Amino acid sequence: MAVIAEPVAKPISRYRFILDRREVLEAVLVAPAILYVLLLVGLPLLLAVYYSLSAYTIYNPTWTFVGLANFEQILQDPTFLDTLRNTFIFTFGSQLLGLVLGKFGAFLLLQPFPGRKIVRALIILPFAVPVALATIAWQWMFDSLYSVINWTMIAAGIITREDAPNWLGNPYLAMLCIVIINAWRFFPFAIVIFLAGITAVPQDVIDAATVDGAGFWRRNYQIILPMILPIMAIGLIFGIVFTFTDLSIVFLLTMGGPGGATSVLGFAGFQTGIVSGDVAHGAAISLFMLPVLLVVVIFMLRFIRRREI
Amino acid sequence: MPQPIARSLRGTGFVLGVGFFVILAAFPFYWMVITAFKQNSDLYDVTNIPFWFNEPPTLEHIKYLFQETLFARWLLNSLIIGVCVTAITLVTAVPAGYSLARMTSRKGEALGIMIFLTYLVPPTLLFLPLSRIIAELGLQNSMWSLVLVYPTFTIPFCSWLLMGFFKALPVEIEEAAIVDGCSLFGAFIKMAVPLSVPAILTVVIFTFTLTLQEFVYALTFISSSDQKPITLGVSTDLIRGDVFFWGEIMAGALIAAIPVAIAYNLFLDRFIAGITGGAVK
Amino acid sequence: MAAVLTRDIVKTFGEVNAVNGISLRVPDGEFMVLLGPSGCGKTTFLRIICGLEQQTSGDLLIGGNVVNDMPPRARGIAMMFQSYGLYPHYTVRNNISFPLRTQRMPSQDIQKKVDWAAQLLDIGHLLDRRPRQLSGGERQRVALARALVREPTALLLDEPLSNLDAKLRTSARQEIKNFQQRVGLTTIYVTHDQVEAMGMGDRIAVIDHGRVRQVGTPTEIYEDPADLFVATFVGAPPMNIVTHNGGGYLGFRPENFLPRDMIEDGGATEFSFRVDRSEYLGSERIVYGVMDGFDSKQPITAKLPPAHVAEGSIRPGEWHPFAVKNSALRHFDTSGNRSSRH
Repeated sequence: MAVIAEPVAKPISRYRFILDRREVLEAVLVAPAILYVLLLVGLPLLLAVYYSLSAYTIYNPTWTFVGLANFEQILQDPTFLDTLRNTFIFTFGSQLLGLVLGKFGAFLLLQPFPGRKIVRALIILPFAVPVALATIAWQWMFDSLYSVINWTMIAAGIITREDAPNWLGNPYLAMLCIVIINAWRFFPFAIVIFLAGITAVPQDVIDAATVDGAGFWRRNYQIILPMILPIMAIGLIFGIVFTFTDLSIVFLLTMGGPGGATSVLGFAGFQTGIVSGDVAHGAAISLFMLPVLLVVVIFMLRFIRRREI
Repeated sequence: MPQPIARSLRGTGFVLGVGFFVILAAFPFYWMVITAFKQNSDLYDVTNIPFWFNEPPTLEHIKYLFQETLFARWLLNSLIIGVCVTAITLVTAVPAGYSLARMTSRKGEALGIMIFLTYLVPPTLLFLPLSRIIAELGLQNSMWSLVLVYPTFTIPFCSWLLMGFFKALPVEIEEAAIVDGCSLFGAFIKMAVPLSVPAILTVVIFTFTLTLQEFVYALTFISSSDQKPITLGVSTDLIRGDVFFWGEIMAGALIAAIPVAIAYNLFLDRFIAGITGGAVK
Repeated sequence: MAAVLTRDIVKTFGEVNAVNGISLRVPDGEFMVLLGPSGCGKTTFLRIICGLEQQTSGDLLIGGNVVNDMPPRARGIAMMFQSYGLYPHYTVRNNISFPLRTQRMPSQDIQKKVDWAAQLLDIGHLLDRRPRQLSGGERQRVALARALVREPTALLLDEPLSNLDAKLRTSARQEIKNFQQRVGLTTIYVTHDQVEAMGMGDRIAVIDHGRVRQVGTPTEIYEDPADLFVATFVGAPPMNIVTHNGGGYLGFRPENFLPRDMIEDGGATEFSFRVDRSEYLGSERIVYGVMDGFDSKQPITAKLPPAHVAEGSIRPGEWHPFAVKNSALRHFDTSGNRSSRH
């Protein structure tokens, strides 16, 4: 047996086996993805920085370098400061509300009950459906004349038709509306993240805590919460990033109004850079998102690193 | 308090809680459905109770949508965009995910995290430079610009998702194939790819839903009605003058939302495992 | 001609030397076992032979050809993995034919080869199943058939029995050994289990810290260990090692350490042995204790035939005269290497 001893006759060139070298093949396989991302994310990011330092508009596409002039002008504009404030209110208001709703929802969905699958499917809907479409459904519910919310409140006798709120026409209510819609959109995500975290806590850890005399609250806040903190943080980071940079809700619902009361960074960047064509200032406005993103990224990296230990 | 009363109070509270969440989450969709099938005279009469049909339901809005608007065209556009973006994503993300999963050095891991972080770079930061790049390429106002740009977020997301999957795939099978006469690349094609069909299916579904959900790039790059994808078309083009046609809009939103909602529900667990990077075990 | 020959193979991972200069000659048809504790580099060495790892330096010859730069598929080697590495999406038939298909063999030849291998391993009735429908033993036979079908220069096995329970392991061992003897295939078998090594190997290479400590037949390894590592790694309980009065160490196997009156002739060395504890294991009795006048890191063990030593005769705390035949004493120098007698 073992017949195969005949030597390999063909001359073996070094290049014939070039793809058999692990490093080479790995590089070749990952290259298209990296290139795509570098060309269409990395390069535009650099371009955005450059635009913000130039006097570029679509009517006058010049690359003149103006330093930080754009940023100075923006910061002196009181409406921009309002925009910045709105963005923070919008982000943290809706994340907080979403988190609270998520925590309670997860708590309810944790116990088994008949029809839980259907309930879960229904609760997921706000996160699943394209946000633009959901927003116009809400717009219809907040309609100045035919608002179903107002109708219900009138029917319940809470308000009268005369003093029914004009949801999107009042600056405070309009802000409340976009916060509610965004919280509504993210709370199913928070629920799912909570559930995923809690079910990932090993039952024997919880059992051990119970045997050691930990009560309900202690188990919840000293055992389970710290263990699901990393995964919650990742969920929250996603929520913050996508809210802080959001454009669609404001664009479809309020157009930044009334009177700039709901203008957020993404919307302001769009209005200035795309609609008005002032690319340089638009880019500068958008770049105000960058510090927040960087903080988030650093947090994210820390959590990923901790997870590996 | 006596036991049975306490228990029934708890039960009632529980039902109320679940009911609250279901109504909160699902009412806007119920509202979509009921609006889409209501007659206009029913819709715009404030004396009617709005929660159900006061006049017989109608298919008028849906018929209008398909006959008088570009709705069918938008559906087709979204389908074309979805198919093309999915193809681009698969061709790049499957090898990338595999490569990242099999890289033994710390470098591979760092690269993986880097790719994933690009998923967090928001469209509202990139739309200005990208719109200039698209203009340079002569793609402005064309849905092909979206085919070009959407992979910037689907590739990172799907590479990460696939990386997690390939890591869970036993290396032994590929190594057996390599010793049995495959090249490294052959082992990837003949072993890793067929064995990852479930993951690839997930990626297809998610790429598709991500393209359907996207709004910002579509809004920025496309202004002609006949180039719009469904989400953009429904939310910006069904307004004639200052008048909203709520029946048609809700019908359009409903039709566009149903497939995404179903896909999400089926693949939700994989999605969560994907974005938390396997923190859930 | 040697089927597999390595010259001073070194493999470093970063700072760590996994394989530290292994030279080994495996002649045609031999069953060679690489035996060593986990993490000793034996699996890395095996993976270098089949080409899944590339050595940092050193030469590797398979069937007389230098294959240092050749990918696995050009080496003509088969390997059986720990959990067999069967292809879950292929039928058994396609699993077995896979190595032939990668060589682009004509399909009627493939058919013939597969039938031959299947018949040899008695798995003809399983050909249309998939791996997950097979029992552990059947999987092993499929893996063997897949390894055999291309008539490799050598078959490599990486701890193939470690996933099986104790009972199955014995029969699986028989099967691999029978199979190897029947087809006369050069085999390199990696294990940390000395029972497998002793029972199956024509020769054993004992490996520790990336180096070969000793190569020899099971008898040589057991009777004449080359150094203290081999002496204490092979054998259960391991060889007793005591520091020798003249510098260096003295070693003897527990089964050679017997009560004085059980050794008939002269030519034996006597020791005074204090019994601490004894274990009755059915076929033998293991006695633990210390020896008067000797320093030892571990307790001295004696393996006694229970039929000859009644339980009552050896009690904890008692001193007994024990002895070892001089021919069973092994001497080691201060660095732990075997030295000739005195």
